[in-house]
Amino acid sequence: MEQVALHELTAAYALDALDADERREYENHLRRCERCRGDLRSLQEAAAMLAFATEPVAPPASLRDRIVARATSEGRKVVPLRPRWVYSLSGPVAAVAACAAIGLGLWATSLSHSLDQERRKTAVIDEGARVVALKGTRGRLFVSSSGKASLVLAKVPPAGKSETYEVWVVKASGSKPVRAGLFSGGRKREIVSVDERVPHGGKVMVTRERSGGVDAPQSKPLFSAQA
Amino acid sequence: MRHDFAHLSDEALIALVERAEEGALAELYDRFGRPAFSLAFRMLRDHALAEDAVQEAFLTVWRNASKFVPERSKASTWVLTMVHHRAVDLVRREERRRADSLEGVPEGADDSTEDTVWLRFERERVQAALRTLPDQQREAIELAYYGGFTQAQLADRLGEPLGTIKSRMFTGLSRLREVLVQPNSEQELWNKSPSTS
Repeated sequence: MEQVALHELTAAYALDALDADERREYENHLRRCERCRGDLRSLQEAAAMLAFATEPVAPPASLRDRIVARATSEGRKVVPLRPRWVYSLSGPVAAVAACAAIGLGLWATSLSHSLDQERRKTAVIDEGARVVALKGTRGRLFVSSSGKASLVLAKVPPAGKSETYEVWVVKASGSKPVRAGLFSGGRKREIVSVDERVPHGGKVMVTRERSGGVDAPQSKPLFSAQA
Repeated sequence: MRHDFAHLSDEALIALVERAEEGALAELYDRFGRPAFSLAFRMLRDHALAEDAVQEAFLTVWRNASKFVPERSKASTWVLTMVHHRAVDLVRREERRRADSLEGVPEGADDSTEDTVWLRFERERVQAALRTLPDQQREAIELAYYGGFTQAQLADRLGEPLGTIKSRMFTGLSRLREVLVQPNSEQELWNKSPSTS
């Protein structure tokens, strides 16, 4: 997309009205464009003001305590993920994890139970969700009937200092892989939400790339699964 | 505990959150928890989901306070943006909610006596600003921000070209900025750190 067109996306970005691809493209542009950064600051401020215009609804008194208790128990934890990425970690991922409990047999029953409640709440994974084994590593791909997908991986080695794992979705055979998220590996269990919908017959693959990710895969897929 | 923090600016609170001061996080919640919850509830129409959105947003603030850059945004903007991101993520997963119209927000769901003067003032100010927009601009902004629709979905839903939707959002939000955002607020932030409460 040309620069002018990207600049015009500032308002939509401030309103959170971009899809994952547009957002990534705009954020890349933002790093290079001082004018957009300046514009974004005030447009984002205006957008956030809209929160104040809503009808007031009081949160339950317990919410404050719960937040503080959770924060306290976490202590200071550095989350090695990109901010937008962090936000998307609990809903469908948790739901998918409920399936993972069955799929991998790794999860404690109590955890599975609470995640199951989460699943009912978000209603993301339906009965028709498909589970596919990954080629190249221990893990599963979960795809809901609407195409929302997550990867559950076991013991993927850390990506390396200036490297990252990048997830790709190939929507149809022969089509260009679409960026679908980054993760850093090194955990006993990794749950990665796939940022792109995975159509029936679509393929999800993971490559190792330079840190920050790339626009097209530069290396051979390490593992993959066909939905 | 909160008395220790009440006199601090929002930005100073985030700096303390970065140093893992739970009291600072609690104070931040006391300042923005209500608008945050009202926003999440407006978007999600569900108490449990709204609680989830607010909790995750504040925990994201807790975990990522070091990423807050004062010259890029006000602290209040940053916190509410987190809440909005989180609620958008949830609303986009909840297909059935997407179809909901924006009517049907329960009236008087709050006892406004508890509402602070400041929040009431802000609400009236922003609502008045929204009313000054042409209907089509207001519609695009409200559906995007409260409805969680992407620009492409909006174009689809409203049967308009994408370019039209983009320009409505841009013109409308720029107009809101003129009315709501202090022109020199960026400068102000650097000269002093005023408390918003």
